[in-house]
Amino acid sequence: MVLADIANLIRSKNAGPFTLTFDIMFADLASYRRVKGSGALSPAAFAKLYLCLVEKVRFFECENALAFKFSIPRPLTQGELGDGDMHGGQQFVPLMNLEIP
Amino acid sequence: MANGQLLQIRFISPVGCVGGGISGAALDEALAQAPDFIACDAGTTDAGPFSLGMGVPAFPREAVKRDLSLMLRAGRKANIPVIIGSAGTAGGDVHVDWVLEIAREIVAEHNLSLRTAIIYAEQDKAYLKRLLHQNRILPLDPAPPISDSIIDSSSRIVGMMGVEPLQQAIAEGADFVLAGRCSDSALFAAIPLIQGFPPGLAWHAGKVSECGTLVCETLGQGVIFTTISQDEITIRPYGDGLRCTPHSVAAHSLYENSDPYLHRECSGTFDLTKSTFDAIDDVTVRIRGSEFISEPYTVKLEGAVLAGYQSIIVGGIRDPYIIRQLDNWLAAVRSYVDESVSHVLGDELDKSSYSLTFHTYGIDAVMGSLEPDPKHLPHEVGIVLEASAPTQEMAHKLAQLSRQPLLHYPIKEWAGSITAFACLHNPAVIDRGPVYRFSLNHVAVPSTPVEMFRTHFIDLCGSEKPWS
Repeated sequence: MVLADIANLIRSKNAGPFTLTFDIMFADLASYRRVKGSGALSPAAFAKLYLCLVEKVRFFECENALAFKFSIPRPLTQGELGDGDMHGGQQFVPLMNLEIP
Repeated sequence: MANGQLLQIRFISPVGCVGGGISGAALDEALAQAPDFIACDAGTTDAGPFSLGMGVPAFPREAVKRDLSLMLRAGRKANIPVIIGSAGTAGGDVHVDWVLEIAREIVAEHNLSLRTAIIYAEQDKAYLKRLLHQNRILPLDPAPPISDSIIDSSSRIVGMMGVEPLQQAIAEGADFVLAGRCSDSALFAAIPLIQGFPPGLAWHAGKVSECGTLVCETLGQGVIFTTISQDEITIRPYGDGLRCTPHSVAAHSLYENSDPYLHRECSGTFDLTKSTFDAIDDVTVRIRGSEFISEPYTVKLEGAVLAGYQSIIVGGIRDPYIIRQLDNWLAAVRSYVDESVSHVLGDELDKSSYSLTFHTYGIDAVMGSLEPDPKHLPHEVGIVLEASAPTQEMAHKLAQLSRQPLLHYPIKEWAGSITAFACLHNPAVIDRGPVYRFSLNHVAVPSTPVEMFRTHFIDLCGSEKPWS
């Protein structure tokens, strides 16, 4: 199984012009706990997918929202020359295929 | 409303952004529930730095007028204040004046009379440089470098106000508060805090309400109605088929925030770590336990600086021989353009002052350096060439000089002359105008919560009079 098979929403978005934030959300507590228990989601795993320093990855487990959150500095500030995703909305895709053992 | 006497305070959040489209029917339904005020955010940096830099709004005037008219008329009907913040998208002075002009039209058309407080949030550059020299401008993480020249070259810098300037306006008896750049949550927390409601609840109520029906299970046409008491918040929508659930309300605090629990405002941080969410009925949620920690007063700054002017060419490539060597081919096109520029525009356009960016759709245009699969070759590649230069004229010429090499740069697989690039338009070059970049991610440390903001009081009515 991969993360996209279990989550009911995986999304990315700017959190202000300098930060990208990623939400991974679930329909029920069992799915949330299954992913949490697998240990597959971690700052180290995220840093590897998004080619950034693990110290720059902020990770939150939000059980009451049935969600995980990652935040990282934007590789390019929003709207900088070369930025191809003004709202940061299409940056979540590498998370979809994360293997959940 | 005597201090500390209220058992509850109620408010309406009619829409996530002025101009987003208020449901008049839902607003009427909520208005029947005796709200104490209406508040609405009108701004965002979400679309990018252009609005702030250029001094223009991101919503059509008609859409803003329609929503503002519904709110102002509802406010007069119920005799309650209406608070609008981050006017005109970026909340600069020119944006506030744009909304003020719309309000004047509404007042005249509907024969309203409004004691109006206008709060400007644009910052004086000499003042900011003074703060900078006193080490009272601090970087957030990550922050671009700051200096006198960054402040001077920014086309516009705004400060994001907290509740205090709004509270001053309300204390003076304003029916309508029209504020420049402002914390979204502060618009809703200002009056509950005057009334002595717990800060953790007042701020969290603002946070969950400010995006309108985005806090609901599914987005739809409606308004949010929020009640604060001494120990809890209740939140519900009015509008067909809409419901708040404990999950939807808890999940809303994640949206567009880097930290789902800690939210920094001017006067401190509200902490949702201990918040609980329970269903009261099918559509209403109760929140308890949210806290607020006071911290040294800071005001977030937003600035935009002109990065240059841009012209673009849009088109695509289908030839598999080119697609399989696209990086090298585009590098060769770039070298050819560089050479033409130095021959043709050499005296006027130095190489360090312009840039050519190829966005290659189908390869890595969307994710750039984060693309995990850049080697996967599609059958067709879309290309947007951005030519950026210090003037529009130069950007246009730069793009024009790029067109021929894009069309005809040869590859060894084909003998003779080729046409490699499918242009979408004639003329191929589209001028985009000025391009801005965000210049600040910093906070200022003012001496008082209100010194960075300028409030004007006027009576808006059919014939305008000074405040009496």
